[in-house]
Amino acid sequence: MTALPDFALAGPEILLAVGALLLLLLGAYGGEKRAGFVSGLSALLLIIAAVAVIVGRDGTTFDGAFVVDGFGRFLKVLVLIGSALAVVMTQRFAVAEKFFHFELPVLIVLATVGMLLMISAGDLIAVYLGLELQSLALYVVASFHRDDGRSTEAGLKYFVLGALSSGMLLYGASLIYGFTGHVDFAGIATAAASGQASLGLTFGIVFVAAGIAFKVSAVPFHMWTPDVYEGAPTPVTAFFAAAPKIAAMALFVRVVMEALEPVKAEWQQIVAFMSLASMILGAFAAIGQRNIKRLMAYSSIGHMGYALVGLAAGSEAGVYGILIYLATYLAMTAGAFAVILSMRRDGVMTEDIDSLAGLSRTNPMVAYLLGIIMFSLAGIPPFAGFFGKYFVFAAAINSGLYWLAVIGILSSVVGAYYYLRIVKIMFLDEPKGAFEPMGGEMKAVLGISGLFVAAFALVLGPLGDAALAAARTLF
Amino acid sequence: MPLLTLTTFLPLAGALFILMIRAQDEAAILNIRRVALITTVATFLVSIGIWTGFDPKNPGFQLTEAAGWSGSFFAYRMGVDGISILFVLLTTFLMPFCILASWESVQVRVKEYMIAFLVLETLMIGVFCATDLVLFYVFFEGGLIPMFLIIGIWGGQRRVYASYKFFLYTLAGSVLMMLAIMAMYWQSGTTDITELVNHPFPATMQWWLWFAFFASFAVKMPMWPVHTWLPDAHVEAPTAGSVLLAAILLKMGGYGFLRFSLPMFPLASVDLAPFIFTLSVVAIVYTSLVALVQEDMKKLIAYSSVAHMGFVTMGIFTLNTQGLQGAVFQMFSHGLVSGALFLCVGVVYDRLHTREIAAYGGLVNRMPAYATVFMVMTMANVGLPGTSGFIGEFLTLSAAFQVNTWVAAFAALGVILSAAYALWLFRRVVWGSLTKANLKAMMDLSPREIGILAPLVVLVILFGVYPMPVLDATAASLEALLRSVHAAIDAAGQTASAGPLPLIR
Repeated sequence: MTALPDFALAGPEILLAVGALLLLLLGAYGGEKRAGFVSGLSALLLIIAAVAVIVGRDGTTFDGAFVVDGFGRFLKVLVLIGSALAVVMTQRFAVAEKFFHFELPVLIVLATVGMLLMISAGDLIAVYLGLELQSLALYVVASFHRDDGRSTEAGLKYFVLGALSSGMLLYGASLIYGFTGHVDFAGIATAAASGQASLGLTFGIVFVAAGIAFKVSAVPFHMWTPDVYEGAPTPVTAFFAAAPKIAAMALFVRVVMEALEPVKAEWQQIVAFMSLASMILGAFAAIGQRNIKRLMAYSSIGHMGYALVGLAAGSEAGVYGILIYLATYLAMTAGAFAVILSMRRDGVMTEDIDSLAGLSRTNPMVAYLLGIIMFSLAGIPPFAGFFGKYFVFAAAINSGLYWLAVIGILSSVVGAYYYLRIVKIMFLDEPKGAFEPMGGEMKAVLGISGLFVAAFALVLGPLGDAALAAARTLF
Repeated sequence: MPLLTLTTFLPLAGALFILMIRAQDEAAILNIRRVALITTVATFLVSIGIWTGFDPKNPGFQLTEAAGWSGSFFAYRMGVDGISILFVLLTTFLMPFCILASWESVQVRVKEYMIAFLVLETLMIGVFCATDLVLFYVFFEGGLIPMFLIIGIWGGQRRVYASYKFFLYTLAGSVLMMLAIMAMYWQSGTTDITELVNHPFPATMQWWLWFAFFASFAVKMPMWPVHTWLPDAHVEAPTAGSVLLAAILLKMGGYGFLRFSLPMFPLASVDLAPFIFTLSVVAIVYTSLVALVQEDMKKLIAYSSVAHMGFVTMGIFTLNTQGLQGAVFQMFSHGLVSGALFLCVGVVYDRLHTREIAAYGGLVNRMPAYATVFMVMTMANVGLPGTSGFIGEFLTLSAAFQVNTWVAAFAALGVILSAAYALWLFRRVVWGSLTKANLKAMMDLSPREIGILAPLVVLVILFGVYPMPVLDATAASLEALLRSVHAAIDAAGQTASAGPLPLIR
């Protein structure tokens, strides 16, 4: 193959990569006073990339290593929105906490490039490249507040465990390559379809699944999540909770649905177990949390468990459910973190859930919106979270995974308890004094995501059609 | 004109309007109350349009509306038939009284209070109007949110515990129904209720689906032994919250049995009727006995509600005309009676701030008008002929008698017990001599309170002597429902293992 690959297909990624380098130069020569400018440009860059993804076309390039399809484009838009929101929400907080440097938004952009590569990966090598580009940027971002012991610890922990999981993934990928003779997904699928899954392939699947499960923080590879969420600076936690989870989930879906679809029996039980364990652990472990970031960590473990229900179903309906679920999850997470980032009283940030007490009287609008988001996270209709849950569980029922659906849905009742507790603290408890006023961009993020969550039933039509079309491309 | 959509979402529009009122002073609060009252009255007036446009001879859904903006898995479908129209009207009728009952007793966070009630009204009407399973579920579950806040914010001492218990209990029951809805969708390819009633689900699947729906409705109803959330919720809720809980929210369980369990899973319903009878009879007798020993007025009425709902479930599963009509009538009547009883409790609670029965006595001396109203409602609660309570109990009992004499006998025992606890309550609170010092200054009903209670008294007596409007409205739909149930059973032949079918035609 001598012809040049079709670079235009990878336009958004190239745009972001080049843009990130230029922003780095701008920051390096402009000095710290340009940091805010760099941050704004980064957000703009991410939004331009999202538009480019939307108007872009489908196709395959780089000898099949890079795939652009409806599924990928849907999730890329979600990732880009998530990253853009993270950049927007970072600056005010980081400036106030005195760790704002121009590298922070640039690193987020670079991590996003990695995520887009993960989503578009068409072979195992591209998977690893994307994953590592993302992870290395994230390790640095996690420890970005370098004067803070907790942040440094979080970064180190994330790095050590993340490197281990990457190693497992790489080992699994090499096993799959060794036993099928292919690195590209289509080739693996053909080789696997020709007969019984060999023991080596099964081993490879297990290791790859473990590696990806670490990235989506599915039980039993979730241990890093609460510590990193708590330790990392809060805007970084907001970033971690949304975009990387979506990208890793996209990768998981693509690997198992495209490459390993013929050996569904081998991975389905692994995914079903991880899903079930995540839902249960997410529900029970969050009950005792007093730190809202740790609570959100367990909450995100639980939510990844619900999304994995759709993957365990292994059907078009399941992928559709995942897409809807991730879209709602992104909105809920962004809205919740907009409030968490604004929990500042007398100039000091607080992460204590009890400090939300009486928010409905000190700041009613924020309380209403956060209340809606909490009910939505608990999966109560008519809010967005309900529909996400509805579609993944519907897929599980359709695939005959009754036990998974029943136990999962009951665990959501347990999970409802701790979301209700936040509502209770906001609405039922006596006020403890007002927070400082929210920044304009926080208000905007909270308002938009809150309205999206509240009126989700009205946008379900077009969004659902887009998700359905996206899910079809994998089948 | 989309009458049902208008009725359903008018209260929501009112709530959004109240949300816009930012001022905190007295005038603003009065305006908030007025807007809420006007909204609920307007909703009631619009809902009268539903009644006039409704043809009682037509057994199917009427005034139907459909829109497909919600994607390809379910649709926005609304409609009313003879079963649901009564509950729609009951809801819209009671709401203005709930707002009026809270006029003076709620002084804190009035804005949120009115918003919660108006949102709740939208969701309650939506439950009875939805003719799509998913849409029904959305309204059904969504009602938990405002009720959680109503109990939790404006409730009594143990409000937090009660609101959690209410929320988690009902949620746990409902999520299984959600899974059943999904299974039904994959089996039949639709969530349209009008199509689902004609879809023959396999017999074994019916059993699973039936139990999943049962889990939800039994908690909502509530049936023994999953009724324990109700006394807590009732006791802690503010008066208007108790009224809605007893009058409307509990009816969703019985409505669900009639709307889903019977027509969609007829075989399972027949097979499991004895199971329901057992639970109903236990509920009637046991909770009546529990009601006897209560020292809290609201708790006593709450337990009596459980017992009365036992008559409803018993009537529904007799699968004959009297039973179904009696059940619907009993629900309608109980909505009026229990609502009025909670309002009666609210009247004295506003004055003395205790619900303890022992704190009262001899109220008739100071409050003759109140004593009259309370007496009528007590008699209706007992099921005295001439009040609406009698019709429902009599019909369900006579239906049960045709099916199983023992069930009827035990249920009749419950009627005696209900007389015992209700009359004893009345004797302890109203009769006797006025000895307690703090009761001597009690004022009789204010014009506002008379305005709230008088229409209820009139209706309770009116439907007691002339129940035909209610029975006529329901007849065609219930007949059609029974016909389809029995046709499904006949078609299934010998698969149904129940004994002789209670056919009465």
